[in-house]
Parts: sequence; structure tokens; C-alpha cells
Amino acid sequence: MEGLFAHVAPYVGYVYPNETDIPWTVLIVVYPYLTGLVAGAFTVSSLYQVFGMQRFKPVAHFALLTSLCLMLFVPMPLLLHLGHPERAFNSVITPHVTSAFAVFGYAAGFYVVLLMLENWFVFRPHIVQQAQQASGPLGWFYRVLSLGSYDLSDKAMQYDRKWIFALAVIGIPAAHGLHGYVGFVFGSLKSREWWSSDLMPAIFLFSAVISGTALLIVLYVLSCKLRKIPVDLACVKGLAYTLWGFFLFTLVLEGVEFTSLVYRGREGIDIILQYVTGPLLVPFFILQFGIGSLVPLALLTFMIWRGTTGRALIAGVTASAVLVLLAVLMMRYNVVIGGQEISKTGKGLLTYHPLLFHREGLVAAAAVLVAPLLFLLVMVRLFPPWAEAPAVSAPPSRHAGAPI
Amino acid sequence: MKKEAITSLVARRSFLRRIGAAAACAGAVATTGALGVAKKVAAKSKAASSGGSFPTPDYDWSKRRWAFGVDATKCIGCLRCVEACKTENGVPLDASHFRTWVERYVYLEGERNARIDSQSDPRNIAATGSGKEYRFDNRYKDAKVEKAFFVPKLCNQCEHPPCVQVCPTGATYRTKDGVVLIDHKYCIGCQYCVQACPYGARYFIHEKGVTDKCNWCYHRITRGMQPACVEVCPVNARIFGDRNDPASPISQFIRNNRVQVLRPETGNAPNCFYVGIDKEVS
Repeated sequence: MEGLFAHVAPYVGYVYPNETDIPWTVLIVVYPYLTGLVAGAFTVSSLYQVFGMQRFKPVAHFALLTSLCLMLFVPMPLLLHLGHPERAFNSVITPHVTSAFAVFGYAAGFYVVLLMLENWFVFRPHIVQQAQQASGPLGWFYRVLSLGSYDLSDKAMQYDRKWIFALAVIGIPAAHGLHGYVGFVFGSLKSREWWSSDLMPAIFLFSAVISGTALLIVLYVLSCKLRKIPVDLACVKGLAYTLWGFFLFTLVLEGVEFTSLVYRGREGIDIILQYVTGPLLVPFFILQFGIGSLVPLALLTFMIWRGTTGRALIAGVTASAVLVLLAVLMMRYNVVIGGQEISKTGKGLLTYHPLLFHREGLVAAAAVLVAPLLFLLVMVRLFPPWAEAPAVSAPPSRHAGAPI
Repeated sequence: MKKEAITSLVARRSFLRRIGAAAACAGAVATTGALGVAKKVAAKSKAASSGGSFPTPDYDWSKRRWAFGVDATKCIGCLRCVEACKTENGVPLDASHFRTWVERYVYLEGERNARIDSQSDPRNIAATGSGKEYRFDNRYKDAKVEKAFFVPKLCNQCEHPPCVQVCPTGATYRTKDGVVLIDHKYCIGCQYCVQACPYGARYFIHEKGVTDKCNWCYHRITRGMQPACVEVCPVNARIFGDRNDPASPISQFIRNNRVQVLRPETGNAPNCFYVGIDKEVS
């Protein structure tokens, strides 16, 4: 008899029999989280490359490299989730244009190429320098990567800068489009009241920007500690402003979405309210909104208001960033898993219990989250993104604004 | 050295220019395609499939318009349909995979809402303890029941199926005769269709890595037979036939009754027509 309930998630009330086998697991939580970090990190790099905000110079190239490292791992959770990962390219070979998922292959592919190109231009001086100096396999690596172009003259650099600018400009709608579309994957479904919302793409987008910014803050401060160099306070403050501003937008959007869901009070709202005040109380109200959102928002507001600086600023902003990373992860969890725990019948609630060691288990999900960071650790050694490294450092002069 | 540098710069420039030209071409194609795509992505798009060929000889899917009827006033909840379906279609013999199921609605005296369960309820599964046989347990025998009825459920083979709309590969498609099928050799197992179906008709076969659902026994109906569940129903609660034929049981059923569909507000336009269901059924 045990075997009969092998895939059955515990539930209360009435749920459709097939619903007891929950389709999307914790890996599908990781997927929008990763794409969000990509879009957010890219936004920060664009603030420097496109909008010429000088204070982001210390993290601009690092942000771009982070974006690339994360993006390369974005397909991983999806591939691990698919019943037939070897057929994944079917959606690219014969895309079914009415499906939001069919766009993924093209959008992600385009964006990976764009990120690789932009990174190549940005790190070209370093690549060329290493190609001429390094020997052995590493020398070969850089020589292949240089694509035979060793020209570092002023003219060539100016030419590169033009390309970096153009790619960064194209990258903004590409990154944001990619993530807005992830929100559409959920928001466009009419089968679940919890997902079905026009605001979903916008919410995903803004939370993406804050999560990417928060990740950069944490990684930048951490890297400074590891490199034993002082943290650039102006840069951290700039990141804090960015985080704070986009954070307010995110919270307003999430608030509006939840309020209108409750206010409209359509069929199934009773079970949604029972859900958010019951099983979702801790993950939604306490972790996502309380500890993850209100605490960092209050902390950031206080620091901006008081003009906090020095070590206190770094500690405060880093702590806020860590909490924001938690809040956005919880937001993804509450959307993806929450939507599936509320039955389509509107008369029952399911409980998702993630497995630990499984292709779609918690360990796999954690590995997918950590892998891009380990990859980044290798990449920063191969392509030092720090401002003092010989990289193309100044944004195009005609776009360079005064430090803000 | 200087000359070399200039040559390399020129080469790089021309290479990049070529990439730029290619991107511009792609952009132009995308814009022209966008108008056509916009029409296609609307939920009200036409059937994804076309063409008249079919592996079953002498069957022309452009001549049929299949539909299903459920007379809930007749259903006695014997669950022979569920058992027949599992056997006929090789549905996993467990409590979370069903192509068809039966819901029991019981209003007890003094209670405002119905108590609802299906054969997959743990207590009902325990009644036989088997994945081949299903029974509703007798939990209400001492209760004061005000109103009670059964509602058989299955895939609605919607006119505008949301499952087909969201499939990224086109592995699931709507045939000319109105049945939504799945190509198990092309399905990638993303389960987006499982999410999109508001009726809970789809499920994932873990062993095969693909999704599945009721197809009104397509292998039978294209050979002139009835779906297995219709054939075994002892009380004719399930009605099936071709709407193109005015004398078919389903045409008569729709003509002679005031029929309903489930969740009409979704715009899916189901092709399962119900008689005798209550406000709580969705």
C-alpha cells in the first residue's frame, strides 16, 4: 500500500488526485533566482558602462563577470528538472511560439553571447597582455582567447569602448526582458490564482535588480577582505542607494499585487487567505516581508538618513544585502512552491516536502546555486576585474557623467 | 609592427561589421515575423495540427468532431470507469495518477459546504488497498446526509487548450477531430502543461519522464469503438460520440439537456458537457 502513495504530497481539504504529485520542485525556485541575479548584476555594470556613474567603477567589470558566470549556470536547474533533458533542444529546433518557455532557448542564448562579447571587449587588454607574457597552457589559453588581435593602441581601445557601450545598451533590455519573461511564465497562467497577475513580470524584474545588487555588495565587500584592500565607501554607498531605491519599487509592487488579490476576492480567495495566514505565515510574512524586507529597508533608510559612513556603513549595507538575498530567495520560493501548494480546486492545500538527495532535491539545488560562485572564483583569477587591473577602465568620455 | 596592428584592426572592424549586418538582418526578420506570431500566441489560436493523414487506415480526422457528456444524476460512484481506464491505458497503479476520476459531494445536515473526496482519498484507497481496484468507503453511513452526488471527471479536450498553448515544443497538440494528444517521443517533460491545466487532468509519469492525460481512448475511438470508461459504465452516466452526426448519443444528449461546462470563465471552451452538477463543482 505504501507504494500507492509514493508521489503523494500531504494535503487537507479537496485537491484533484493528479495534483498530489507536485510538478515543479525547488529547482524551479533556483531558476528564477539565478536569472534574477544575472539581470541585477548586469544592471549595476550598466550604471557605469552606459550611465557613466563613476562610483560604480570598482565593481563594474566584476559585475559583468559575475553576470556571465551566473548566466552560464541558468539552464542547469531546468535541465536537471526535465524528464528528458536530452530533448531540451526540441524547444529551440521546433519552438512552439505560443509557449513562454519556447522563448527561453533564444533569449538565454542571445544573452550569453552578448555577455561573452562584452566581457571579451572589457578584458581584452588583460587577455592581450597575458597572451604575450604567459607561457605554457595558460599562455595558449589567452592566445586563443585573443582571437589573434593584439592591438592595444589608443585607436583600438576607443573602438573597443564603442562596442562595450553598444553591447551594454543592448544588454539592458535583453537582461530585463529575459527576467521579465520569467515572471510572465508564471503570471500568464490562468489556472492558478496565486500566479495569475499582470504585475508578476514587473515584480520579478524589480526583485531581480535588488537581488543582483545585493549579491554584488556581498561579493565586493568579501573580495576586499580577501584581497586585504580597503572597501571603496563611495561605491558601497552607491550600491546601497541603488538597493534602497529599487527595493521601494519592489515592495510597492508586491504590496499592490497582494492587496488587489485580496481586495478582488475572487473564487478561491478563502483558501488563499487560509494559506497565507497558516503555512505561509513564516516564509511569507516573517522571512520575506519581515526579516528579509522591512529590517534591511529600515536599516538602509536609517543609514542614508544619518549619513552613516566608515565601517558601520559597510557592515550595515552588507547585512542588509544578505537579508535582501534571503528575501528574494523566499519570494521565489513563495511564488513557485506557494502557487502549487494552493490547490486548483480552491478547496484544499498541499504541502511540498523537498527531498534531500535527489536529482531535484535540496542538495542539487544548493549545488546549482553555489557552482556559479565557485566558477566566479576561478574567473576572477583568469580575468582580474578590479579597477587597478589593466582593463578598459574609462567609460566612453562623451557619456561620462560627473560622479554622483 | 604598426602596419600589422592596423591590418588586424581593419580585419576586426570588418568582422564586427559583418556581425552587425547579420544582427540587423535577424532583426528585420523578427519584426516581420512578430505580427504573425502575435496572432498565433493568442489563446484563441487554431488547432496546432493540420493535415489529413493518420496512421489508422480508413480514418479521416477531418470528418469527426468528438465530444463527451457526463450525466452526474446517473453516476453511482462504482468506479468501474476508473479501473477500466487504468487497465486500458496503462496508467500507473497508484493514488496520484488518473486519466479519469470520480468526485463525491456530500452535504450533511446543517453544513453549508459540501464535503468532497475522490477515489484517491487515503481512506478510499485503504478500502481496497490496491492500485487496480477502487472503492468509495462508507464513511457517511451514520451521518445525516442532506444531498449527495458523484461527478466523473476527465480531460475536457478544450477548444482552446491552455496545455497546448504553453507546450514549448509542440509535443502536445490538438487534432482536427478535437482531441488533445501528446507525442511521448517529443515531450521534454517540463510539466508546464501540468501547471496550465485548470482541471488537474494532466500528470507526470516519473518512469517515462513525460506527461500524460486522458485522450478519450483515441486508439479506440478512431477504430469505431467507445472509450473504455464509457463502455464499462453500467448506468450510462458517460456519453460519447461525434457532434457532426446529429443522431449520435452525444448530439442527442446536448440537444435534449441544458448542459454546462466546467470553468467557462477560463475561455478554454471544454468539450465535456455536464448535466446535474452543483454550484460547488469546478
